[in-house]
Amino acid sequence: MSSAAAVIIAILMLAAALAAATLQKLMHATLSFAAALVGVAAFFFLFSAEFVGLVLVFVYIGAVAVLIVFTILLTRRDVGNDRGVNWGGAFLAVAVFGGLTLAILKTQSVTIVAPHIRTLTVKRIGEALMTSYVWPLLCVGLLLTAALIGALVLVMEEKR
Amino acid sequence: MINQSIDGFLHPNVSKSVDQIFVNGKQWLLSLLSSLTGAPVWVIQVASSLINILALLAVFLTLFALMSVLERKILGRIQNRYGPNRVGPFGLLQPLADGIKMLIKEDIVPARADKLVHFLAPILIAAAAILALGIIPYGRNMTPFAIDGGILFFFAVGSTTELAVFMAGWGSNNKFSMLGAMRAIAQMISYELPLIITVLPVVMVVGSLMPDRIVAAQAGYTFGFVPRWFVFTPWGATAFILFFVSGLVESNRTPFDVPEGESEIVAGHMTEYSGFKYATFFMAEYIGMFAITGLAATLFLGGWHSPLSALEFIPSYVWFFAKLSALLFVYIWLRGTLPRTRIDQIMNFAWKFILPMSFTCFIAAAVWHYAGRGLRGWLWSFVVIAIIYTALSMLLDTRRKFAPRVYRFAE
Repeated sequence: MSSAAAVIIAILMLAAALAAATLQKLMHATLSFAAALVGVAAFFFLFSAEFVGLVLVFVYIGAVAVLIVFTILLTRRDVGNDRGVNWGGAFLAVAVFGGLTLAILKTQSVTIVAPHIRTLTVKRIGEALMTSYVWPLLCVGLLLTAALIGALVLVMEEKR
Repeated sequence: MINQSIDGFLHPNVSKSVDQIFVNGKQWLLSLLSSLTGAPVWVIQVASSLINILALLAVFLTLFALMSVLERKILGRIQNRYGPNRVGPFGLLQPLADGIKMLIKEDIVPARADKLVHFLAPILIAAAAILALGIIPYGRNMTPFAIDGGILFFFAVGSTTELAVFMAGWGSNNKFSMLGAMRAIAQMISYELPLIITVLPVVMVVGSLMPDRIVAAQAGYTFGFVPRWFVFTPWGATAFILFFVSGLVESNRTPFDVPEGESEIVAGHMTEYSGFKYATFFMAEYIGMFAITGLAATLFLGGWHSPLSALEFIPSYVWFFAKLSALLFVYIWLRGTLPRTRIDQIMNFAWKFILPMSFTCFIAAAVWHYAGRGLRGWLWSFVVIAIIYTALSMLLDTRRKFAPRVYRFAE
């Protein structure tokens, strides 16, 4: 039953992703992109990683998708009237896909001995973030703060 | 057995059976289903979820109908007039009449609108609002869907509302709709931040994202009569007020109803909607309001706990809905009292006052925790909040800037 659900979610997600890449209107593409992200979140829920799924919905749909929508609105209207095939992008996508496939195929057969995976609770994620991953976390925080201040400096009007 | 003769109602067993009447009723229904049909376990699980969903919808749609008429009546009283009093006794059948009117109205879709997006927006916004109701504990053992990251679920679902509002504004292909949607998203994003940061101290103190645990942590009484609700600590009281104001903005209610200000932009993102789609937007707005007040009651007002130990014989769900109604009354009261603010005032308030204060709550909660959670912690966290509040109010004081008004964008 779980694998059937996985297949259905995968089909819906891939359909939404394809729509996001091919639809004519940018706004429709953004909305399909959000739908594809819901699919990814559904995957996390299916494999009982609730927290990651919820954070994905929260950050990517609540913030990133809305940000993209804002960007589209604040830029010029006539952008994207003729969206021909972007050969460079297509080449890049194929290269990434090929590289990943190659890497997966070359990997030694992944012998999962089914270790006793403890259920991923919020508490365990918090402990990991505050002990072994505290430096990466602080670095990301610093980077984001720098980006935020940079954005503010860019839009600040000079009062002279 | 000894106390039975004093008062039948005070007897723990009687009170408990009244308290758990809905839970036991559901169990009885499920056992009836399994014994009658011999259905497998997963069918019973699905049936249990369906019963939860139906109960949730029935209760909150009734509350919505009641609220829509009570709001008009209370607003009428505030403005020294009667409010609806023609349909049924005391005008209580007014929502029924409104519903029928909305159903038989013509559904107009603008010719230049994006049909699909225009159609999907009300569905998405109502779905998000109703989903958020699922994690709130309505009584002892009465959480419809108790999940580990309940609080996170609430905000994750709530954040999709922004996209739905945006779809409504863009899909209508109308300038007023677009402007309304832009205003709505701007203020919703600005106030989502303090809304979440004011929840953090509670989560930190309890050590769990699960609403049931948060309610359980507020059980008991200090000195035997003051309930251990978080609103009675300095950081809790501050966080509660900030949360309430942010919730007011999130649900686009009156002092902050800029996105749908009738005198400026018709009805904001709902301008091009008519008939039942408009009613769906209206319903989603009210259900979102119930959800956010329900969460406020859960986080700060002790959820379904009673305020006095002597009153514990009253069932838990009665207490929850009493607190919910009290908060909703404040919403209506504010709507009848305050004028509409400007968008720049809303934004300044969010970023210059509410955000620093919510961070202060966070620090004050930490101080309270490390000073031993007693009277000493109470005093120290009060001192922290008082210092920051005074500093902020001195910094943001604009009284000395009184001067002739300067227009920047209009001559």
